This record gives sequence, C-alpha cells and structure tokens, in this order.
Amino acid sequence: MLTLENLTITQGGFRLTADWQAKAGARIAVIGPSGAGKSTLLSVIGGFFAPQSGRVLWQGADITGLEPGARPITTVFQDQNLFPHLTIAQNLGLGISPNLRLTANDHARIETALDRTGLAGFGPRKPAQLSGGQQSRAALARALLRDKPVLVLDEPFAALGPALKAEMLGLVAELSHDSGATVLMVTHDPKDALAFAPLTCLVAGGAAHAPQPTADLLANPPPELAAYLG
Amino acid sequence: MADRAVTLIAAGLAAAVLLLLLAPLAALGLSTRSLALSEAELAALRFTLMQAALSAGLSVMLAVPVARALARRRFFGRDVLVATLGAPFILPVIVAVLGLLAVFGRAGWVNNGLALLGLPAFSIYGLQGVVLAHVFFNMPLAVRMILHGWQAIPAERFRLAASLGFTPAATLRHIEGPMLRAVLPGAALVIFVICLTSFAVALTLGGGPRATTVELAIYQALRFDFDLGAAARLALLQFALCAAAYAVATRISLPLGFGAGQGRTGGPPAPNGWRRGLDAVFITAAALFLALPLLAVVLNGVPGLRHLPASVWDAVLAAAVRSTLIALASTALALSAALVFALAAARGKGWPALAATLPLAASSLVLGTGLFLILQPLFRPADLALPVTMTINALLALPFAFRILLPETRTIYADYHRLGASLGMTGRAWLRWVVIPRLARPMGFAAGLVAALSMGDLGVIALFAGEGQATLPLLVQRLMGAYRLEAAASAALLLVLISFALFWAFDHWGRRYADA
Repeated sequence: MLTLENLTITQGGFRLTADWQAKAGARIAVIGPSGAGKSTLLSVIGGFFAPQSGRVLWQGADITGLEPGARPITTVFQDQNLFPHLTIAQNLGLGISPNLRLTANDHARIETALDRTGLAGFGPRKPAQLSGGQQSRAALARALLRDKPVLVLDEPFAALGPALKAEMLGLVAELSHDSGATVLMVTHDPKDALAFAPLTCLVAGGAAHAPQPTADLLANPPPELAAYLG
Repeated sequence: MADRAVTLIAAGLAAAVLLLLLAPLAALGLSTRSLALSEAELAALRFTLMQAALSAGLSVMLAVPVARALARRRFFGRDVLVATLGAPFILPVIVAVLGLLAVFGRAGWVNNGLALLGLPAFSIYGLQGVVLAHVFFNMPLAVRMILHGWQAIPAERFRLAASLGFTPAATLRHIEGPMLRAVLPGAALVIFVICLTSFAVALTLGGGPRATTVELAIYQALRFDFDLGAAARLALLQFALCAAAYAVATRISLPLGFGAGQGRTGGPPAPNGWRRGLDAVFITAAALFLALPLLAVVLNGVPGLRHLPASVWDAVLAAAVRSTLIALASTALALSAALVFALAAARGKGWPALAATLPLAASSLVLGTGLFLILQPLFRPADLALPVTMTINALLALPFAFRILLPETRTIYADYHRLGASLGMTGRAWLRWVVIPRLARPMGFAAGLVAALSMGDLGVIALFAGEGQATLPLLVQRLMGAYRLEAAASAALLLVLISFALFWAFDHWGRRYADA
C-alpha cells in the first residue's frame, strides 16, 4: 500500500495537496494540465523534493525522509535516464550495485534483463548508439534489475512515436504484471491512460485527487479535466 | 550524505585558502612601520601603472586587426595558428624573454637588420622592453578573446547587412562596433591586471630607478636591502592594486546583446582587393612576432646542449627535477581543491566560487613576502623554498583551474544528479563513475595549464631559494645574470620542452580518457 498522508507541496507560489492511498500492484495514470504539478508530485514520491508537510508511506513505513536511492522506488525520468559515457551493460549494472562491483551472477542477470527487453547483444554499446526506443528499453531493463515494488514513470516515452509508445506501455504492463509492482505514470494522452492504467489520478486545481477508475473518469470528466481534454 | 560531505570539505578548504591569504597580509600589516611611500617607491607605482596601461592598450589595439583577419579568412594552417595563440599562456616567461632578447636584443636579429640599413639601434631594456614582452604574451590572448567576440555574432546579422547593402564602414558601425565596445574593455582589463603583477619580465628587462615594478621593488627590498619594513609596505601597496583591480573585474561582466542566431556559422564577410592583402599582412606579422622568439630559443639552445660543462649540466638537471616535482605537486593540490570547490558551487552555493577566485587578488611576491615574515624567525627561508613555492603556485593557479572545471561540473549536476540519487550513487561511486569520466577533458586541460604555469613560474622562489634550491626558471635567470647566455639558452630549451610536455601529457590524458 502506497500512502500519501496529508501531503502539502509548495514551491514558490505553487501549492499542491494529496491525501490518498493506492493498493500494492495498482497501475495508476497521472493526468492533468501542464503546470498542474504532475511531475512535482512524482518528485516528492521519488524523494527528489521534500514536501512542506505530510508523509509518504510504503506498507505503513514512513519513507518521507529517505534518500531517493534508499526508497522502495525506481524512477524513470523524461530524459537523461542513461549515463552517456557508460556502456548499456554498465548503466544496467548501476541498478544492481551503485559502485559497479558486479559478480558473475550479476552479469548473468544483466544479460537476462537485456533479453527480456529485446536488447540482447546491446550490452557493450554506448547509449548514443541506440535509438530512442532502445534507450527507453534499457531504462526499463534497469528498473527490472532494481526490482523495487514501486515504479514511477515521468513521461519517459513522450518523445517516441505512437506505435513505439504503445509497444513500451505494453512492455511496462508486462514487466509490472510479472513483478507485481505498483506503477505511477504521468501521461498527456487519455488513450494511454485507458490502455494502460485501470486507475487515474487527476492533478488539477491545486490537488492530486484520489485515483478513480480511468474509464469512469474519462466518461464523466470534472470541469478541469473536461477543459484539458477539450 | 555526499552533498553534505562535499560542502564540509569545501568549507575546510575555503578556510585554508582564507588563512593562506590573510595570514601573510596580517604579517605584512604588523611589519609595516610607516605607510608613507619614498620617492623610489612612488616611481615604482607610477611605472607599474604606466607599463600595465601601455601593455593592455597596445595588445588590444594590435589584436583587433589580427582577430578580424582570422575571423573572416580561411587558409591552410588557420586552425593550428588559432590553437597556437594559446601557447604563450603556458610559455615560461623567462624563456620568452630569452627569445625576445635574441630577436630584439642588442646583438639581435632586428638590430642587425637596422644596422645594415644604417638606422639607430632599438634598446630592449627599460619601458619599451617590458611593454614589448607583455605584448608578446598578451596580444595572443587578446586576439583569442576578440576572435571569440567576432564568432559570437550570429551569421544572420551579416546576412541581413549584406541584403541591406551595408558598406564595410556601415558593418563596422552597426554590427562589429557594438561587439568591440562590449569585448575590448574586458580584454584590456584582464591584460592590465596580468601586467600589474609583472615580476620576471621587469626583473630581466626592467630594473633601475626608471623601470621597476612594485613586484620587483618588493623583491629588491627583501633580497638586496633586507629592509623588511619597506618590503611589507610595498607588498601592501601591491595587494591594494590587485584587490582594486579584482573588485573592478568582478563587476564588469560583459553580456553580448546580439540575440540568438540559428547556429549558422560563416563569420563576417571576406572582402577582396586590398583588404585581402592587408589581412594577409596582419596575420603574417602576428605569426612571425610569436614564432621568431621561439625559433630563436630552439636555435640558440640546441648547440649548447652538447657542450655544456658537466657541472652546469648537473645543476640544470637537478633544477629540472625540482621544478617538475613542484609542478606535479601543485597540480595535484590545485586540481583537487578546484574540483571540490566546483562540486560545491554546482550545488548552487555562492561562497565556493568566491573562495576559489579570491587568490586572484593576491600576487606571488605579496604572499611570498608575508610568508617570509612569518617563517623567517622560525626557519631558514631556504629550507622552505620548495614547499612554499609549491603551495603558492597551487593557490595562484586555483582560480584558473576552478573556472575551467565549473561549467561542465554544473552540467553534470543538472543532467545527472537526480539519476545518480535515484540509483543510490553516493560519494566514491558518483565520483568514480560519473564525475571523473565526464570531467576528464576539462580536468586534463586544467591540469596541463597548472602544471605548465607552475613549471615556468619565476616568482616567490626568487625570494626563498638559496644556492641549492633553484628551480629551472630561476637557474635560467641566474645564468642570464652571469652572462652565460649559451648555458641559459640550453636550460631554457629544456624548460620549455618539459613545460609543453607536461601540458600535452595531461591534456592528452583528458581527451583519451573522455573518448574511451
């Protein structure tokens, strides 16, 4: 269970509140107008930005004060998910050991993760030698290796074309289904939300609302969402 | 956590930098009996300001046509020439002086030519020699700064000017003039500040009541007159000069208001006809002015290498080893400190940048005199010559190294800090797998600069060294002073070879490491 307890987030004049829970294994789309605070909400959950008040809990344990790397969470960012000077295998290895002390067994796990994400044989290459879609796959492969119970995706596929994006969402759905991870994903596209996430959290008007069934929300959108969907 | 550790180490280093700057100043203040300047000291002050102003003005004036020619012409070897313009910065001053003496000295190439034409000889000693040497060092620097200004003008501006039928005069007035007005004061100020602390040039080409800089006067008061009060007073005067220049320099930052272009390159239009010929003259003259003294060093130095007496060889080699060790140690010190300050500054704090650039307000002889006053009651100065030189070289090189590392460190922080944090990379893992690989190129470049600067430095060592502790630049100067010019030329050749080799090795390491 992921709990956001009386969270208040402020940044300059901006203010956002959230107070809800999500069951372990839930897949939640985070949707709302730009500037409403979707990414800020995810940075607070991921540990990159401290809330003004309130707590973030996982399975009842308070994680509000933990460093990002110490949380039971993997974040996949919009960009800069890979270090350009390290090989794909090294980038994946960082998900196992941040100082890259890897055993033979770890190397085998990296190969398996590359296989799973359709990147077999790409280990020795540098990120620049991969296409955008392949780079996204590598970021997901590392999330797989980190094997954290919560996966936070901050629009990592926004730069991909529609077909490639659908393929990536399918891959995320498959991986999270197998691992039972809870997934929170920012998206701009209601179609993505419908296809991927049974639940949707609407971020608008200074609040991140409790997740509701995606189909219902989109069928009867509240005024802020209706304005955004157009 | 790593952030806090970096901040703590940076704070400790900042305290050390402050102590190294303030303790000598305090010692100077305590040793000064009277602040009234004698007639000779006033003359030194006047000469310092005049030669610095003349050097800055001439360097910039001569640099403008050269920079414009380089900006608008494309020819074979242009890239090499532009890169070579950076060489004087790492050329040991004493080597350049030897080269200039061979070209412009009493029996030099220029005076031989003048004699053939029946013209009076040019004397390289005194004001004109000091200014000539400063122009040799700083005109290339000015060319690079102004060339950068020209290249920063978006090609769209020149295209628009062409479509409106601008004459060259109109282009100068509306496009190039504003750029020059923005760039020239800054370039001149930088050179003025560099020349304020001129020591080695004044020591070799100046001197006497009419051509002594404050920095040189400090040395003479301490080393020849052993007048500690006068040395302290002069050092405080020099510090006031540097601090004032530093304060002005930090206020003048020059944004170029040309708006963003689409990244088109092409430079200014390249008119044909007589302007083409004139550009060729400027480029050739500048290239010869820079190349001939270096060529002279090589030509004069090579023959001596074979018939130097064994005793001189021993002294030269021992000095070379001492200099190399000092250079490597001060490079390690300056680079580690610069890296810590850059990492702390990249986290958005203001004080690390201040601490790292504060040494710009001091000079080698000011700090040296202060340390001399502190250490002299307790130790024999000669025993501490090498550690003191190493520390002061590192301290004075810190601002350069810091400025080279800062931009890329900021980029690393902005681009990868969140990713590193999300993966739990802290401390050593972050340093080893992210910072060092991504900073390798600027670190190699900065290390090369610091090593070469320290290798060629002739400043504080002159205050402290006894017979047995001479560094290679000091030995060259002593050989020159003893009129053993052939031996001096050979030692100078060795010095320039080691300096450039150190620069090349570090810079090359950085590039190789970054590309791997």
